[in-house]
Amino acid sequence: MDNTAGKPVDPHVIEAMLPYMKAFYGNPASLHSFGQEPRKALEEARAKIAGLINAERRESIIFTSGATESNNMTIKGVAYRNKDRGTHIITSSVEHMSIINSCKFLKTKGFETTFLPVDNYGFVNLESLEKELTDKTTLVSTMYANGEIGTIQPIKEISKMVHSRNAYFHVDATAANGQVPIDVKEEGIDLLTLSSNDMYGPKGTGALYIKEGTRMEPLIQGGGQERGLRSGTENLPSIVGFGKAAELAKAEMPSESGRESKIRDKLIKGLLDSIPYSFLNGHPTKRLPDNAAVRFSFIEGESMLLSLDMLGVAASSGSACTAKTLQPSHVLLATGLKHEEAHGSLLFTLGKQNTEKEVDYVISIMPNIVKRLRAISPLTPKELEK
Amino acid sequence: MYSEKVMEHFKNPRNMGEIKDADGVGTVGNPVCGDLMTIYIKVKDNRLEDVKFKTFGCGAAIATSSMLTELAKGKTLEEALKITRANVADSLDGLPPIKMHCSNLAADALHAAIEDYYKKHKEEKKK
Repeated sequence: MDNTAGKPVDPHVIEAMLPYMKAFYGNPASLHSFGQEPRKALEEARAKIAGLINAERRESIIFTSGATESNNMTIKGVAYRNKDRGTHIITSSVEHMSIINSCKFLKTKGFETTFLPVDNYGFVNLESLEKELTDKTTLVSTMYANGEIGTIQPIKEISKMVHSRNAYFHVDATAANGQVPIDVKEEGIDLLTLSSNDMYGPKGTGALYIKEGTRMEPLIQGGGQERGLRSGTENLPSIVGFGKAAELAKAEMPSESGRESKIRDKLIKGLLDSIPYSFLNGHPTKRLPDNAAVRFSFIEGESMLLSLDMLGVAASSGSACTAKTLQPSHVLLATGLKHEEAHGSLLFTLGKQNTEKEVDYVISIMPNIVKRLRAISPLTPKELEK
Repeated sequence: MYSEKVMEHFKNPRNMGEIKDADGVGTVGNPVCGDLMTIYIKVKDNRLEDVKFKTFGCGAAIATSSMLTELAKGKTLEEALKITRANVADSLDGLPPIKMHCSNLAADALHAAIEDYYKKHKEEKKK
């Protein structure tokens, strides 16, 4: 139940990709007949992705190597291209590292960057946004929803505020895409990051929706593919898979999101009801259908993951002990959790292959795991009150 | 990521718990950084008659605590003071590099417990 880390590729997606690794190996840019079928497939995939987010036209979709590239391209590309209008960029403190580090990079290049605070649920503080927006602000970037705590941002409200100051609004929909309906027109989104694997497509592929008229520089220069915004021969088999994944996501979303939300709620309730000193991370209702983020006092996340793994369950944690940096998750800390609380976090992310039976199994094994680790731990409820 | 021995100690930690009338107690680490260990010792005739631990932390933190109690039990205080972090890691067939410093604190906790014992029994140490 660690679908945020990696989702299985849908068998229909694999099926759709195969011909483009065998028969149709041509370059979509070629004029001769070998390029024709690949070109057609490329544009069909583009149209399917445009359809998923209700983009005005398929040309607004630029294929990239994934969400990290789309995010880098947005932050750096918009910042540099609009330097004549201003050098201020706003984002939030719960963004993906590809946004945060791109903004930090820009800071070293003379741009001003603001990281907005969030509340305990992880919602971007709108008053701070209002205060920080100036005529020099060219871009505001927030997530659609956070994969670690599940909280879905008030996109429309943010969009209105951003557009009232004539800045561009970028949304990173990596965690949300394929799970909740996204409508770039209706929600007022100028740029949107999409990820293939997060909707059961192949890894290493993503896209950036760019509203017509948005001024930006490419990150990767070369032969001028993707309307000059992303050079390099397109990764056709993966793009075709991505397109198929988007088509399936659109069709399956209404029933699958409902099903996942139901077992997600069962999982959260089952854990919180049966284990004392347990808490939910993120908002109880405005959250992604797949996301059950919880935390337990007095114990540490990695030891919970190991215990779950021994019983055949894969999960994730924002504990420092699971991170290469030995720092707890910046997202959890931004929501106001103390370090020791963040260490006790446990994240289950569901996928369409997960069943209610599996959720019941997790609910049945977690109390004993927590009990055993608490027996080993020197921390007690007294510590919590300190 | 972890050796079989680490996992074995994580699954079945030895000497876990408190010693209520301990002769020495040593605590190292901090819940803020994710690892906190307490070692309790019972001393008889200059030997570690009993060693127990309580640990908040990752799998490596729990396994190193458990391993340490096995290494230390029955040793004289002088011998026990010579147990190093490296001894503990080696006895577990190694630890991932990133865990060598943050989670491998058990030897320090033992040394702190022995210091605590010495402090409480200053006269005995002088003899």
